Amino acid sequence: MTASVPGMRKRSGVLRAETINMSHGGGGKAMRDLIEDVFIEAFDNDELSMLEDQARIELSTLTALGDRLALTTDSYVVDPIFFNGGDIGKLAVCGTVNDLAVGGAVPLYLTCGMIIEEGLSVADLRRIVASMKAAADAAGVKIVTGDTKVVDRGAADKVFINTAGVGVISQAHKTSAHNAKPGDVVLINGYVGDHGAAIVGARGDLAIENDIQSDCQPLNKLIQSLLQVCPNVHCMRDATRGGVASVLNEFALSSGVCFKLKETSIPIRTEVRGMCEILGLDPLYLANEGKVVVVLPKADAEAALAAMKGNEYGVNSAIIGEVTDAPTDTVILQTTFGGERIVDMLVGDQLPRIC
Amino acid sequence: MKYVDEFRDPVLAKSLIEQINILVEQIDFATERPIQLMEFCGGHTHTIFRYGIEQLLPKCIELVHGPGCPVCVLPMGRVDDCVSLAERPEVIFTTFGDAMRVPGSKKSLLQAKADGADVRMVYSPLDALQLAHKHKDREVIFFALGFETTMPSTALTVLQAEADGLENFSLFCNHITTVPTIKAILDSPGMQLDGFVAPGHVSMVVGEQPFHFVSEKYKKPIVITGFEPLDILQSIWLLIKQIAEKRCIVENQYARVVQPDGNFPGLDAISRVFELREYFEWRGLGSIDYSGVRMKDDYARFDAERKFPVPNVRIADPKSCQCGEVLKGVIKPWQCKVFGSQCTPETPMGALMVSSEGACAAYYNFGNLPELMALKAEREKEEALS
Repeated sequence: MTASVPGMRKRSGVLRAETINMSHGGGGKAMRDLIEDVFIEAFDNDELSMLEDQARIELSTLTALGDRLALTTDSYVVDPIFFNGGDIGKLAVCGTVNDLAVGGAVPLYLTCGMIIEEGLSVADLRRIVASMKAAADAAGVKIVTGDTKVVDRGAADKVFINTAGVGVISQAHKTSAHNAKPGDVVLINGYVGDHGAAIVGARGDLAIENDIQSDCQPLNKLIQSLLQVCPNVHCMRDATRGGVASVLNEFALSSGVCFKLKETSIPIRTEVRGMCEILGLDPLYLANEGKVVVVLPKADAEAALAAMKGNEYGVNSAIIGEVTDAPTDTVILQTTFGGERIVDMLVGDQLPRIC
Repeated sequence: MKYVDEFRDPVLAKSLIEQINILVEQIDFATERPIQLMEFCGGHTHTIFRYGIEQLLPKCIELVHGPGCPVCVLPMGRVDDCVSLAERPEVIFTTFGDAMRVPGSKKSLLQAKADGADVRMVYSPLDALQLAHKHKDREVIFFALGFETTMPSTALTVLQAEADGLENFSLFCNHITTVPTIKAILDSPGMQLDGFVAPGHVSMVVGEQPFHFVSEKYKKPIVITGFEPLDILQSIWLLIKQIAEKRCIVENQYARVVQPDGNFPGLDAISRVFELREYFEWRGLGSIDYSGVRMKDDYARFDAERKFPVPNVRIADPKSCQCGEVLKGVIKPWQCKVFGSQCTPETPMGALMVSSEGACAAYYNFGNLPELMALKAEREKEEALS
C-alpha cells in the first residue's frame, strides 16, 4: 500500500505463497499480490481501494460530528500473537479505537502499518487481518490506509502492527486526567485483569490450565452511551498496561487528589484471582484491553452505571471507589480484611515471586 | 474463593484483634518500649503490608520485618557472579522472576539480558531442566535461590538431571538456611525482640524441632505461621498470649501444612545433594556462619561454581545503608538516612528495598513517605504529650 498501483482498481492479485518472504516487501508483484489479496480483500472500503498514497477524507464528514480532531497511534508487539479471546489484530484495532474513545471522541478511521518477520505463515496473516476487519466492523470504524514492511528473520517477532486512529470530539466533552474532584466516584465496566491473565496463560510457560479470555473489545459505543447520560465525565482512561492501579495513580497525580478504592467492590474473576494468588501478582496491575476507568460526580453515578450496564461490554460494571481530598496524589485500597494500603505506581513489570 | 477467603474473613479478624487488645491490657510493661515481634519471612512481610495488618494492631505492638527475603539478602558480589555466568556465550541462565532486578556492582540480570545475555525467567527448576534437554549444545544454569522452602525442589532437580544423564545442566547455588540466621539476629548487640513469627514454608520442610533453641536457650516465644492474614493475626495473638502468661514455647499455628517432623523426602533430597558452607555472606547482615549450603562433591559436575570460573569478589554494602539495623528492629525503615531519597525500589542501595518482600520496599510501595512522615510526627507528638 506504500506504492500506488496505477490502473489496478481491479483486485487481480492472488497471493499463492504459504509463508511471507522478503519479496513480499520488495515493492514488486509479490508485494502487490499480498496487499490486494490479503489487505484490500479483507478491509474492503472505498478510501482504501483507491490505492492512493494516502486516504482522502471529506472535511465535512468530520466537522458534522464535532469541533475537535482526535488523533492517536499505538504499536502492538504482543507475544503470543494468538491468545484466548483475541489476537494481535483485534488488539491493534480495539486498542486504538479505545484510545480515541476515552477522550470522548467518535472513532472514524484507522491506519494499519505492519512489520512482518519473514517466515510468517500467510494463513496466520489472513487470520489476523480478518480479525482486524471484524473488530473494525464491531467498532464502526474503517481501516483506510496502510503500509507493509517485511524484515529479516529475527529483526521482528512474527508481526508487529501499528495503528493510528482519527476521531472527532464533540464540543460538550472535556474529560481530562486533571479533572477528578473530591466527592467524585470511580466506575469500571467489568472484570479487571482478564487480558493480562490470558496472556500469562497463553505464553504456556506455566503448567496452569485455564480458560481465561482476554477482554479485548472496542469501548466506543459504551462510552458514547455513557456520555449521553453523563456529559460531565471528569476523567476517563482505558486501563491497559499497568492496569487499573496505574490509571488511578495518573489521575491522582494530575488532579492532586486521593482515590479510595474498596477491594470488595472491584470485579475480579475467580480464575484471575487464583492465578494471581499462585504467582504472587496483583490483579490491579494486570493489563486490560477492554476496560475503561471513569471518574464522575456522585450525583451522576447511578445513571452512568445503568448506561454502562446497558452495553454488551459493560454488563458487569461497578462503582469501585471514590475521590477524597487527602492524602493528595495517592491511591488507597481498603482491603477485604479491613485494613488500608497504598496502591503505588509499578516500578517495572510485575515479576512472579520466588516462594 | 475456596481456601482463600476463609483466611481473610474481616469478622474473624475483628474478633482476633479484640482478643489481642484484651491480652495486651494484661501485660505488665516493664519498660516504655513496645512489644517487638519479628516476622522472619518475606512472605509474611508481604501479607502484613498487603492487608494493612500493622494498622489494625494496638500501638504497643510493633512488627519488625526480618531478613527472610532471599532476593533481598543476596550480596552484590554474588549478583556479579550471576552476571558473569549469564554472559558466557554458551550459557542459558535461568532464574526466578524477582531475582532479575537485584542490582550487582555493575548491572542486574535484567540489564545483562538487555546487553545480550541469554537470561530466561522460569517458574520452577524443572523448567530449567527441560531447557537443558531441549538445548543439548548449550549449558543451562539454574540460579538456585531461597531458604529451605525451595531447597528440596532444587535438590530433586539435580537428582533428576543425574538420572537423565544430563551433562549440560548446573546450579549456581545460593540457598541459605534459616536457623543460623535467626541465631545471628538473637546474638546481635542491641537486639530487643520479644517474639518470633516463624516461617511457615521453611517449617513445612524442616519441621518444628529446629526452632526449639529460640524458646529454650533465648527464652523467646515463637509461633510457626501460615501466610494468610488471619494466620498472622492468630499467631500474633498466640505470641502475645505467651508473653502475657510469661511462657515461651514453640507453637505451630500452621498445623494444616506443617508436620512436627517436617517433610522427610524433602529433607532427604536436601541432605543427598547439599552440605553446609562454613560461612555465607548476606547483604545487610555480613557473614553468618553455616548460613548457606553448597553442593556435595558427588554432585560437583552439576555445580556451576566449579564448572566455570566466577569472579567471587566480595563487594561491601554501601556505608550509608542501615539495613542491618532495620533487620534487627533497632530502627524503622523510614528512619534510615537514605530511605526514599538515594534508596528507592527503582535504584535500591540496600537489600530491603530490592524485592517487594523487603521491608523497606514494602513501606515504600504500600505506605508512601508523606504518610509515614505524618505518622512519625503524630507518634512523636503523642509521646511528647504523654
